[in-house]
Amino acid sequence: MEYSEKVMDHFMNPRNVGEIENASASGTVGNAKCGDIMKVDLKIEDGIIIDAKFKTFGCGSAIATSSMATEMIKGKTIDEALQLTNKAVADALDGLPPIKIHCSLLAEQAVKKALLEYYEKHNLLNEENRKLFKVVEDDAHDHEVEH
Amino acid sequence: MADVKRIYFDHAATTPVHPEVLAAILPVLERSYGNPSSFYKEGHDAHHLLEDARMTIATHIGAAPREVIFTASGSEADNHAIKGVAEAYSNKGKHIITSKVEHHAVLHTCEHLEKQGYDVTYLDVDRFGMVDPAEVEKALREDTILVTIMMANNEIGTINPVKEIASICKSRGVLFHTDAVQALGAVPFDVREIGCDLASFSAHKLYAPKGIGALYVRRGVRLGRLIDGGAQELNRRAGTENVAFAVGFAKALDLAVEKMAENEKRLTALRDRLIEGLREIPHTKLNGHPTKRLPNNVNVSFEFIEGESILILLDAKGYMCSSGSACTSGSLDPSHVLLAIGMPHEVAHGSLRVTLGHDNELADIERLIADLPPIIERLRDMSPLYSDYKSGRLKHLISETSDDDILLEKSYGI
Repeated sequence: MEYSEKVMDHFMNPRNVGEIENASASGTVGNAKCGDIMKVDLKIEDGIIIDAKFKTFGCGSAIATSSMATEMIKGKTIDEALQLTNKAVADALDGLPPIKIHCSLLAEQAVKKALLEYYEKHNLLNEENRKLFKVVEDDAHDHEVEH
Repeated sequence: MADVKRIYFDHAATTPVHPEVLAAILPVLERSYGNPSSFYKEGHDAHHLLEDARMTIATHIGAAPREVIFTASGSEADNHAIKGVAEAYSNKGKHIITSKVEHHAVLHTCEHLEKQGYDVTYLDVDRFGMVDPAEVEKALREDTILVTIMMANNEIGTINPVKEIASICKSRGVLFHTDAVQALGAVPFDVREIGCDLASFSAHKLYAPKGIGALYVRRGVRLGRLIDGGAQELNRRAGTENVAFAVGFAKALDLAVEKMAENEKRLTALRDRLIEGLREIPHTKLNGHPTKRLPNNVNVSFEFIEGESILILLDAKGYMCSSGSACTSGSLDPSHVLLAIGMPHEVAHGSLRVTLGHDNELADIERLIADLPPIIERLRDMSPLYSDYKSGRLKHLISETSDDDILLEKSYGI
């Protein structure tokens, strides 16, 4: 199994590592038992994600997808960020090995779980966007426990 | 980074071919192309080379030449021993005893036999990965036909009391097989001394090429065939023999036995220095037995981080190592060996195996001891588990001083 150069770049030089104090919203997905946990913090002002940070316990691709996903949503409006898909994250990294696809799903879930917290807090949920949050409930692994 | 010397620390996976082994193999490939079964001089020459190799290996393990058959791998030897006994003794019974820490070549073979109607007992091991001979005795039944327990574990290096287990099996009239793939050439191994009925070996773990192994079958043990065809290998394994690699295997074992005492001493000292150095890293646990382990094996878990990430960063620094994390096994579960010794998934994911060999020197060990702490720290700084631990939201499972190999808790419970 070999990673693409982009995965290696985002693993070796991860963007946006850290935590945001007084974050507007946070999302944690995965569990230690499965070997991946991702936590994403967002700073949102006027409906725009002005900062995104992550902390990840996991393999090379888990760290690379966290880095890429946070990079992809920075500067976007929350509605734009909600359009993020695991495929887009994997494509942006020039693909992932098949057994690592769940890492990109985890990254999508972490971002959306943070957004969900924000949408709920600000009463922004509606029938339309609720569908886009459904993925948060999916199992990236066989089992998933919330932190 | 390109000019950094690459250091091979994965000798349990495979070893480079020793120059003297290669020198023994090449003339055979170049000149002795005859089929050992043929009735002309070139065939006879190949036959003699093969039988000399068999004699060398048999002598080193305390067996008769007729008790050694060449296979294509250690996995084949394991398969042949277990399936061969299962087939030949199915009239006597269909119960097999093994342990939870065996190599997959044994475990998956046993699982295969379960589907064929055999009953398999998978014994637990202690926290060091050791099988208790008393547990073997308790598990023996009227219909037990085979006990298969590895001599030394490939992941954590723990050496089992195979002599005691063999003696129990003998007194109860049950055959005993040991997977000695990691042990052969590393520690003294003599089939009469141990008292085993079957034993598996692989040549590429002792500086010979991949593609050749051997199975010891004590005289009088019946064995079903794995490969049907010609009458090669005393009619036990069909297929034209790999003469050149058999010669290489014999040469490699010659070299290993000649330098065994010296290598054991040298590698044990390097191993213990590495373990000592790694214990300087907080929340680090040694996996496997502290002393009853292979001279070249170090296996540790670093809490709060995952093994594949460690491997990639080590690779970038010029080190070739391995891990028992799920990500490196290609499945969702971490190493079955680490789980069997009672490690929670969380900690098993953060394991690192360093297996030493001929080319490793003290300077390589010291370089790794210096290079690892920043790697571990870097990954911990990225880990949400570590920040939760630092902020008091999570209890640690491995002692901060890394001087105790007992787990403080079984799980994070999150």
